[in-house]
Amino acid sequence: MRKTTNQKAWFMVLPMLVLVAFSAIIPLMTVVNYSVQDTFGNNEFFWVGLEWFEEILASERVHDALIRQIIFTLIILAIEVPLGIFVALNMPKKSGLWTTLCLVLIALPLLIPWNVVGTIWQIFGRIDIGLLGYMLDQLGFDYNYTQDATDAWITIIIMDVWHWTSLVVLLCYAGLKSIPDAYYQAAKIDQASRWSIFRYIELPKMKGVLLIAILLRFMDSFMIYTEPFVVTGGGPGNATTFLSIDLVKMAIGQFDLGPAAAFSLIYFLVILLISWVFYTVMVQSDKGAGA
Amino acid sequence: MAKITLSNLAHSYQKNPETENDYALKTLNHVWEDGAAYALLGPSGCGKTTLLNIISGLLKPSKGQVLFNEQDVTEKKTAERNIAQVFQFPVVYDTMTVYENLAFPLKNRNLKPAYIESRVHEIARIIDAEDILTKKAKELTADIKQKISLGRGLVREDVNAILFDEPLTVIDPHMKWQLRTQLKALHQNLGHTMIYVTHDQTEALTFADKVVVMSMGVVVQIGTPEELFEKPQHTFVGYFIGSPGMNILNADVVGNKAIIGNHEIILNNGYKNLQGKLELGIRPEYVRLTDNPDDLPITINRVEDVGHYKIVRATHQGQDINIILKEETGISENMRYVSFDKARTNIYTDDWLVTP
Repeated sequence: MRKTTNQKAWFMVLPMLVLVAFSAIIPLMTVVNYSVQDTFGNNEFFWVGLEWFEEILASERVHDALIRQIIFTLIILAIEVPLGIFVALNMPKKSGLWTTLCLVLIALPLLIPWNVVGTIWQIFGRIDIGLLGYMLDQLGFDYNYTQDATDAWITIIIMDVWHWTSLVVLLCYAGLKSIPDAYYQAAKIDQASRWSIFRYIELPKMKGVLLIAILLRFMDSFMIYTEPFVVTGGGPGNATTFLSIDLVKMAIGQFDLGPAAAFSLIYFLVILLISWVFYTVMVQSDKGAGA
Repeated sequence: MAKITLSNLAHSYQKNPETENDYALKTLNHVWEDGAAYALLGPSGCGKTTLLNIISGLLKPSKGQVLFNEQDVTEKKTAERNIAQVFQFPVVYDTMTVYENLAFPLKNRNLKPAYIESRVHEIARIIDAEDILTKKAKELTADIKQKISLGRGLVREDVNAILFDEPLTVIDPHMKWQLRTQLKALHQNLGHTMIYVTHDQTEALTFADKVVVMSMGVVVQIGTPEELFEKPQHTFVGYFIGSPGMNILNADVVGNKAIIGNHEIILNNGYKNLQGKLELGIRPEYVRLTDNPDDLPITINRVEDVGHYKIVRATHQGQDINIILKEETGISENMRYVSFDKARTNIYTDDWLVTP
């Protein structure tokens, strides 16, 4: 068969290229541009090569933020994933008013804007006027998230669990709903225990959505900014200064555009790398298990 | 192994059933004899699966009791009933190997590993799965998965009964034949009570000692394949069993005469005072095509040659009559009449067989 060559077809991809250029390539290149230059004002820039990258990679302050970030993300995943599965398993399965109500209630936190979530918990936890803070204080607990680092961490973790466990629940619930009744019936016939049903039927069928849930929760929690910024502002001290908060302090607080740009790029690459690893593992394990 | 008794059993999927029509399974009394092979035959939606799920305890009946031997198990859970059931579509545990799948029901009962191993190998031999024991179940095709499901149903020796819910739907025809033969052989060796649900008459008739025919939630006849063929108790059985099914003709019956349209047919027996909707049933196998003007006149619409016999599709005053002829039989121009084999002619009132 003879193929016709028509170079005009390239024009067909032009709108897409323009869109991608404006949405991703140009902004990213601006950051790359900043990351390799320095300025003393007057819009005069000069080349510094990889100096900023070296500085960021060696920076103790960034290391500390990264360690805090990793600990935070691990805690979040360790709580939200099992809790989400547990709640999904206990959701009503038959469709009806009660199920709809449960789903709406579960989904509510997801619909609240992030800074509003932060504000809610910021007020909720205050010991003078907040319901939670005031009650804990009255009950004799020495709770004050503005002064105690542990209290601040606990508050932010509970807030995130409240805000995002729903996502894991909804994804797992969708996975569970797709299991045909025959599987549960077969398990009853085979006298499988509750644990066996979970281990051999529910977990394998949920695997796909669960990996997506873990990936989303990893990325989102690794990039968390708004809620802790509203609640603690990264404090007390630097106790809750996660990567994003540190980055914004550097970029806008100190106006160190060069290092902040280098920081951004490293941050972006770290997330990209870990997500890629997740994705590869997901696809691989799917292949390894057959299909 | 057990005798299973259904006593005044009925089931409705509605919360507050009022009329008889609200019941998916209408009041039923039946004893499944210990060690017999039954087929439960009927069209889709006639209540077969409902009945099966009630026996295995997956469904609680609205009314009545289920007894295993003399023990009432109506309130008992599936797991306590020690029963095996194979479903229409394959159910395998994806993350397990074939071996682990087959061993699963035994492991859940904490049986000795040595016994489990020998039993699994035995079943694997029966279902011809010995060389795939180490494969992950997820990698298998649908029909192999179904064989594994079947194997899981057979692996326990002490079950009260084995229930099959159209288990061969996804299996290809030649394998179907093989598995059905194996199931039959297995039944003879093990002596389990087996109930086999199907809508395929060939499957039912080859598998079972006794066939239970259901229609619209009612058991219309229980009998050997021969009884179902020769003496259908209900027009539905006549129509459902056989291919094509029984000819059912509207008729008036007076004494030993059946009047179809304005033609009289002499019957073997006399009938008295028949009320309701009267019909005459005759299998196409027992209708003869003749050239005798004293017989019932018909119009032949078409002749289908299906290989080893011919089906003549005909009508008499708008009523369909099918005739099965031997392959070599010729049909001459004058053969426009039919006569019925008197001994095989049945009379039905309101769809139920009348005994003379």
